[in-house]
Amino acid sequence: MASAPAPSRWALWLPLAFFAGFTALVLFAMLRPADRAVKSAMIGRPLPQFSLLAATPAQPGLASADLATGKPHLLNIFASWCVPCAVEAPQLRALKDRGIDVVGVAIRDKPEDLARFFARNGNPFSRVGRDDVSAIQFALGSSGVPESFVIDGQGVIRYQHIGDIRADQVELIAQKMAEAAR
Amino acid sequence: MIATAGLAALWFAAALAVLQLFSGFLALRQPDNPLTPVVRPLAMAQAGLVAFAFICLIIVFAQTDLSVALVAANSHSAKPMLYKVAGAWGNHEGSMLLWVTIMALAGGFVALLEKRLPEPTLLATLGAQAFVSLGFYAFLLLASNPFARLDPVPAEGNGLNPLLQDPGLAFHPPTLYVGYVGLSVAFSFAVGALLTREVSPNFARAMRPWVLGAWIFLTLGITAGSYWAYYELGWGGWWFWDPVENASLMPWLAATALLHSVSVLASRNALRAWTVMLGVVAFAMSMVGTFLVRSGVLTSVHAFAVDPTKGTFILALLAINIGAAFIIFALRAGTVSEGQRFAIVSRESALVFNNVMLSAVLGIVLLGTLYPLVAEAMGAQVSVGPPYFNPATAVFVVPMLVVMGIGPLLRWRRDKLGRIKHLLLLPALVLVGVAIWLGLRGVHLMPLLGIALGTMLLMVALVPLKGRRLRTVTLPLWGMVVAHFGIGVALLGIACDSAFSTEKLVAARVGETVSVGPWLVRLGRIEPITGPNWTALEAKLNASYGGGATSELKPQARSFWTPVQQTNESAILTRWNGQLYTVLGEEAEDGRWQLRLWWKPFVTLIWLGGALVALGGALALLGRVLSDLRRFIAIDKIAYRRKQQGRL
Repeated sequence: MASAPAPSRWALWLPLAFFAGFTALVLFAMLRPADRAVKSAMIGRPLPQFSLLAATPAQPGLASADLATGKPHLLNIFASWCVPCAVEAPQLRALKDRGIDVVGVAIRDKPEDLARFFARNGNPFSRVGRDDVSAIQFALGSSGVPESFVIDGQGVIRYQHIGDIRADQVELIAQKMAEAAR
Repeated sequence: MIATAGLAALWFAAALAVLQLFSGFLALRQPDNPLTPVVRPLAMAQAGLVAFAFICLIIVFAQTDLSVALVAANSHSAKPMLYKVAGAWGNHEGSMLLWVTIMALAGGFVALLEKRLPEPTLLATLGAQAFVSLGFYAFLLLASNPFARLDPVPAEGNGLNPLLQDPGLAFHPPTLYVGYVGLSVAFSFAVGALLTREVSPNFARAMRPWVLGAWIFLTLGITAGSYWAYYELGWGGWWFWDPVENASLMPWLAATALLHSVSVLASRNALRAWTVMLGVVAFAMSMVGTFLVRSGVLTSVHAFAVDPTKGTFILALLAINIGAAFIIFALRAGTVSEGQRFAIVSRESALVFNNVMLSAVLGIVLLGTLYPLVAEAMGAQVSVGPPYFNPATAVFVVPMLVVMGIGPLLRWRRDKLGRIKHLLLLPALVLVGVAIWLGLRGVHLMPLLGIALGTMLLMVALVPLKGRRLRTVTLPLWGMVVAHFGIGVALLGIACDSAFSTEKLVAARVGETVSVGPWLVRLGRIEPITGPNWTALEAKLNASYGGGATSELKPQARSFWTPVQQTNESAILTRWNGQLYTVLGEEAEDGRWQLRLWWKPFVTLIWLGGALVALGGALALLGRVLSDLRRFIAIDKIAYRRKQQGRL
């Protein structure tokens, strides 16, 4: 005869402990300051060396050498399965229309999903590299999608933007790009 | 006048709840104090008063009484009657009143009908119910009064959010609310049983109809919400693992686990502490869900219900209710013995397995939903999507579904797999056959597994009926068979959608014909049309299936004026074997139009399956309620005869 043994005394406090953890977490989230600016340890450092294959047949892939052209680039980390990335798409297009070169890294994605994503949301990227194991993402100190990096002409990271670029943040990114060009 | 009466009734009801709380718990210490007999009538009177207040709110909305601030903010004299009435709960204050109303009615029914439980347990249950209600009364009366007046009275109201002017959405929130509140009754039963150490089969039988009822409504709410997102958002998907969707899925998972463990407790007097804990967890998940939707701590695509200050209030209620319940649980559950034992191969074991798997899925969904918050606490922002949820839940769902097929064939207490081997042989062969056939056709692993498993479930679900005369099968057994069959149907729909859907995105000229799957779709013409508060471009598409007769579809690209918003109204054509889903996009520079076309074979099975699951729940509930009624009548008859014999 098998049966779950009577739970030990301390185990009975586990639900309460989990619940307390949950409450602390959401309290923290509600009380945190609304400042979303990030101080990344990567800022001021050169890009790590990488070379990514093309994510779609239509466009070239992305290597760190492609970014040291003397001109600043906006590197956007995204994925076709990420809803905020679709929300961000119009802002990236707006940045591209201002003459900013936007390059993409697609995280854990498939060419056919990407093609659909571009067909639906437009394609602001001049190059898209595929990162199937999130290697570059980790090397850049990025923890999620979407995320954007301002890279200057020497290939140095100048600014990191975590989360989607909202419509009212397009100016900010454009300004950071202009600063990087100086 | 009517609004004032409604508000007065609410205050009265709150006062009665204070009295009910006090006298309910006093009865635990002094069972023969003079307040004990009034606890049940108090609960019934409260139900009457709150129902009256709710009717008052509906009347002021139906009359468009603009002196009431809520009406002025959410209604308009020119709205159709359906939306006027639905407007009463289509806003925060009204929906909280609806919540309190359902809760008070449930409490009233418990007080009126429940005769199985020992009196102290019932009184403690009603006391706990009053405690939970009081929090909501406070929220309603102090922070979100639905009857607040407006002075001066405006000449006309503001109308209702156009996105919410949809017959489906008029009933979607109340459906989920009934589910959430039903779980609050289960919660009160669990607390009452813990306080009086009365975790018994009778407790399980008293709680079961409420869990069943709540579960039916949650199932319906989730199914309807999924279909709404599918046709309204125009993305062609039916589930996005969005925080708001997860918020409704989590209570459902907990309620499903509770439903099964309650059955074990009712039939076999086992899993006692576990069932009580699930009773608390299920309601905790409903409140967590409400909190996540309202507070805006998580970014979501449906962020139209957000209000941070109200979120704080709900969090406080959540912390008080659930925190207190878990403390009582920790103190008392140690004194609840685990009850009857059972063998590894037995129906109990299958149900325990199902419970563990459901809890694991619940944990995964909760973790994935909250992970962005955890990451943010550590200074990073992330978005967790399908690449996490799909494989992580599948790991647990697949074995759970296999056991779901086998469990009902096993006997209680102790059984041998050898006894049911012959029943499983054919379904297992079908499983392997379908899997090989699909594998040869190049279907991917997950959809392949889904279709094979779904087909097997359709067969296995019916096996419990084998060898029985259908007319003698009890309603609860029918309910289980139908619900399990529905799970198989939904799984088939999900897997077929991901295996066989074809999508076409084209830029087409007027007059051009595009093929998608077996369909030929011709873009007839594009013309502008106007609605009450929007203008749209409408495409006329002529679709023919395999070259047969044509039918017309009219997808629109709509622009609303207030607030300025672009929406794509998809047009869907349903056949017995799937849906053609069409969306009109933007105009390209060279005069061509973006068209998105999907052919989704058997996608409708997803929602048909959901409806079958709910129907199964309804059959089981009907069966339980009928047999309870019969029992009560029989008990009354016996008592009556005894009395007669005593006289003779």
